[in-house]
Amino acid sequence: MMKYFLEVQGLAKRYPGPGGEQNLTVFENANFGINKGEFVCIIGHSGCGKSTILNILAGLDEASDGAVIMNGKEVVGPSLERGVVFQNYSLLPWRSTLKNITFAVRARWPDWSKEQVLEHSMKFLDLVGLKGVEQRKPSQLSGGMRQRVSIARAFATQPQLLLMDEPFGALDALTRGLIQEELLKIWEETHQTVFMITHDVDEAILLSDRILLMTNGPHAQVAESVSVSIPRPRNRTDIIHHPGYYKIRNHLVDFLVNRSKELTASAASDTTNTDNTEVSYDIHPVVVDPANDGSETAQQTQSKQAAK
Amino acid sequence: MLTSQRFRATVLSLVLLFIFLGIWEGLNIVPTDVAPKSEYELLMGGASQEARVPPPSSVIKLAYKELSNPFYDVGPNDKGIGIQLGYSLYRVLTGFFFAALVALPIGFLVGMSPLMHKALDPFIQVLRPISPLAWMPLALFIIQDSEASAIFVIFICSIWPMLINTAFGVANVRQDWVNVARTHELGSFKTALQVILPAAAPTILTGMRISIGIAWLVIVAAEMLVGGTGIGYYVWNEWNNLDLTSVIFSILMIGIVGMLLDLALGRVSRLVEYEE
Repeated sequence: MMKYFLEVQGLAKRYPGPGGEQNLTVFENANFGINKGEFVCIIGHSGCGKSTILNILAGLDEASDGAVIMNGKEVVGPSLERGVVFQNYSLLPWRSTLKNITFAVRARWPDWSKEQVLEHSMKFLDLVGLKGVEQRKPSQLSGGMRQRVSIARAFATQPQLLLMDEPFGALDALTRGLIQEELLKIWEETHQTVFMITHDVDEAILLSDRILLMTNGPHAQVAESVSVSIPRPRNRTDIIHHPGYYKIRNHLVDFLVNRSKELTASAASDTTNTDNTEVSYDIHPVVVDPANDGSETAQQTQSKQAAK
Repeated sequence: MLTSQRFRATVLSLVLLFIFLGIWEGLNIVPTDVAPKSEYELLMGGASQEARVPPPSSVIKLAYKELSNPFYDVGPNDKGIGIQLGYSLYRVLTGFFFAALVALPIGFLVGMSPLMHKALDPFIQVLRPISPLAWMPLALFIIQDSEASAIFVIFICSIWPMLINTAFGVANVRQDWVNVARTHELGSFKTALQVILPAAAPTILTGMRISIGIAWLVIVAAEMLVGGTGIGYYVWNEWNNLDLTSVIFSILMIGIVGMLLDLALGRVSRLVEYEE
């Protein structure tokens, strides 16, 4: 079996039921890995626990079961090695744009001189096209600009893993498109390892190497890992002409509209029948590659994976 | 449009002021004696009906006289208004300073730790509604110094709004910002200083503003009790002298100084305000 840079093993989140009743399981048996330099998106309906998974990876939340291993070490608590871009930007409103970045850079490299911190911060502000507004407060920036600051802050700390929680969810479609392209550009330059939550199928195809699909909660699972076999560099206008694009897109939409419900239902009946966590502990997402061969079955891919 | 409205408001304020002063002045007729003065009254200078609320004109005359020489000092019962106000301000600021020294750290503690909040809440709830002047006898007995007791009363009344607002502000810092601190591996001291303090600063400043307002209210009453110096003592002393003109003048000065204190803290709070 190949070693991933980040490994998620049997992750589960349960909340105690009211009055000592049965626990409410949001998701369980989440097993997946991310390679170094890979851009992975995760898609699923609201309530399937995507954000919880991301928060656990960030160290802001605790799993009820399972473990997260990064670089051979278990993830415990938040760390600068795992940067986060929050959906609501989470900039500190009393600091200027530049000071929001230097705040992060100084936390990352406490020994750096003032000039070093400033130069590094300006470099990343420039990278997201925000030179000239560095003295403005976040409240004086548009939503798109704020999210750019937030992205610059995360990239500036050069974490080993970058976590993005629906970073473009609050932006209008035009701005979203622009920032997606910017993000692509920065990613091509840095090859930062990214784990990102999104609701937008097209966004996921444009940005990621692999898309993880989650079934509906409660008892949600990471059911599929879809390879996006479209060569880079990509851009928004050309990618839709790639022959694999609609194969991938249709596969994702079909999953989200139809199969995400059915799979949850069957998984729920499975766990109630067997009542044995050890059996389900090993469920790995089915690997599919719709762009190359949509008809490939799960067994085949898994044996291929094993042969590697 | 905005400037013209401001201008019109100023004109209206002045008109209202002059109407008020005019009525006050107009109602102030020196009473004339109906009956002829008795021998006793003649002996006493005929001052029987002279006691009346003085007209604004004499208050203004006194204000001009007092304010043109505010710092004279000719013995314990005759000091300039500036000296009296200075004593009161000194007491208020000293008490307020020590209250801030105690209230801000405790407020932080209560705001950050739910355990401390639950543990300290009963004490705060019981101590808070006590009129600060009720502490006066105890303070006088324990401290055995009227000056320090007045400051203590200011201290005790300034604590609560500051403490409660600090705790509230600290407890309600947006979780997102705390998460930013956590993902950047800030220690608890740095988090408190770089994230929680600036986030809660506007709420804390509001508490300080309420505190200084209450402190200025209380100092007048406290100085009436302890006596000696201060604007409160001055009011009471002039009442004992039956000099109502001075009483009205000092009431006016209390209002103006209170307003200035509030304005000053308003300025400070504008420095720490932020827009989300």
